[in-house]
Amino acid sequence: MRFRAKIVDLACLNHFSRVINTIAKLAKTCALRLTVSKLYFILSDKVANGGVSMWCELCQGNFFDEFQMEGVAAEHNEIYLELVPENLSRALKTAQNAKAVKIKLTNKHCPCLRVAVELPSLSSSSRMVTHDIPVGVIPRRLWNDFREPSVPDFDVSIYLPVLKTMKSVVERMKNLSNSIVIEANLSGEMNLKIETDLVSVTTHFKDLGNPPWASEDGCQSSTQSRDLESMAEARIDIRKLLQLLAGQQVNPTKALCNIVSKRIVHFILLHEDVSLQYFIPALA
Amino acid sequence: MQPRPLPAMKCIVAGGNVKVLGRAVHSLSRIGDELYLEPTENGLSLRAVNSSRSAFASFLFAPLFFQLYEAGGPQPHRELCRCKVLMKSFLGVFRSLPSLEKTVGKCLILLKPRASRLVVQLHCKYGVTKTHNLTFQECERLQAVFDTQRCASSLCAPARVLAEAVVHFPQTLAEVTLAAGPGGKISLRNHVEDEAEPGKTMVTELWLAEDEFQTVAVAPGSRITFCLKEFRGLLTFAEASNLPLTVHYDVPGRPVIFTLDDAVLEVHLVLATLSDPESNLQPPTANGVSHLPAPSDDFADDLESYMIAMETSTYEEGSGVPPIPTFPPCTPHPAESDPEEEEEEEEGAVPGTPPHKKFRSLFFGSVLTPGRPGLAPALEVLAEDSDGEY
Repeated sequence: MRFRAKIVDLACLNHFSRVINTIAKLAKTCALRLTVSKLYFILSDKVANGGVSMWCELCQGNFFDEFQMEGVAAEHNEIYLELVPENLSRALKTAQNAKAVKIKLTNKHCPCLRVAVELPSLSSSSRMVTHDIPVGVIPRRLWNDFREPSVPDFDVSIYLPVLKTMKSVVERMKNLSNSIVIEANLSGEMNLKIETDLVSVTTHFKDLGNPPWASEDGCQSSTQSRDLESMAEARIDIRKLLQLLAGQQVNPTKALCNIVSKRIVHFILLHEDVSLQYFIPALA
Repeated sequence: MQPRPLPAMKCIVAGGNVKVLGRAVHSLSRIGDELYLEPTENGLSLRAVNSSRSAFASFLFAPLFFQLYEAGGPQPHRELCRCKVLMKSFLGVFRSLPSLEKTVGKCLILLKPRASRLVVQLHCKYGVTKTHNLTFQECERLQAVFDTQRCASSLCAPARVLAEAVVHFPQTLAEVTLAAGPGGKISLRNHVEDEAEPGKTMVTELWLAEDEFQTVAVAPGSRITFCLKEFRGLLTFAEASNLPLTVHYDVPGRPVIFTLDDAVLEVHLVLATLSDPESNLQPPTANGVSHLPAPSDDFADDLESYMIAMETSTYEEGSGVPPIPTFPPCTPHPAESDPEEEEEEEEGAVPGTPPHKKFRSLFFGSVLTPGRPGLAPALEVLAEDSDGEY
């Protein structure tokens, strides 16, 4: 099992750091899956996470100048690691003007991802900073826990409003209630609602647009025959929603959510080279 | 007619020096909750110590720093006064450094022992005067016992280099280890508590080449661990004042001393270091200094019994900074692993005690009342009194 990667381009480094910062805001611990062409940050829906799950996919070629991976075995040419993304985020934070950043899987006293940053300095030699991030190697028998979640059979799919606006709305609502209702219909309308004994607040968004999902043999017929005005809704933990919105540092190219009434809300945020899916289950 | 009793100390700081004074107070506020003021013939000394007595800082402003400086002294109607004030109160006067720079032209400091008041008066633009009357407490002289000449190793670097180095460590990090590595490189590494599970804590290590420093005279393989929080306070000051920072250290357990020097200002920060009884450090190269036997491990907790006889109030004329000891440059050890490999885990001292207790307590605290020279019963002395640096 070997892994070595290198980033030399500052823009790529910056972009990669921002992705890691977003992941760090969403999960305290997560799995990192390495394949020959992609990196995945995965959070599976355990009770400990409050039932949320996350799937983030990056093409390594868009970030790394060098990328060498040898998996656990020839027919399973992948590596699954468990790590604390906040550590990686911290390691990259002060590397933003680096000449090069190398990431390597090592096993001195315990498995670590070693992030070696070569920094410019006025002296003849560069300054070296190394961060040894402890990781856990996830054995192959557990890999099934980390499969890509399928898109749920949703009732409504709708594009999200501008995330910055949505975030500031949800932030204020957070002070009033622990849960928030997201409802949307196929006419591009979405409402964010909170309701307490004293007050109820609703923010209405319209003209958001509904993404066209290709129907596969009519399996999306439920949405096709659905009344356009009828709202699908789910009540979710407001802090989980805020975590997702607050973690976004760059406006995604596409941002949408799929609502399964009273069951789950599936968020999809797409950037040029990163896709992030986040599932928040409905509260009982 | 009786002459009115004159204030014990009076000084005026003018122009850009007001901000320097403000920054010094900010730096001291990172150390302790009380600010000790001591006017001397050599200038005004501001000092602070932390509650566990493991960090001490002093800023000595020479008379030339001031537009006017009257220390007071043994004259009729004048008393030399050492006092301490609440750090919070004093810092409040200098809270906003930008506004100090923009609006304050002069700062007057007056010690009025009869009225028990320390007056800090800011003369600002547009004729505005802000007067702060702070209560003070008379106190004993606060003096850490340390001697840079006793230190086997020293480094000097522009403050900027060290500031850029510590930025890689999180603000919450408690302790950092400075080590002399192979190839003349100096490393900084976060210290991991023994109690922390191995393999759970991220370890960050930074390497600085020898030529980033102005001088390097370190014992090969030497290392010390000290608290980063107090050091950061000094570093901020040093960076702003653009002065090179000198680090003097010896074996683990003996304090590390950071100094800044300038024509009108002398700054010392003394920090206790983690003692390391099980480390297989190389003993420092022969330097003629005889080391006192290491005190027992209970020492750190036994502050009460640890009293040092204080100097009386005589001041030596012309005492300058002791010369920095020079030692043969450290030779690289071919047998040692290169920086890419992980170093041996450093063993801590007493397990299970909170971090600050592991540090050797330093120095301190005579309970002599001012004006009565005499020696408190001298108990075990870790290091002899310094050679009258103040």
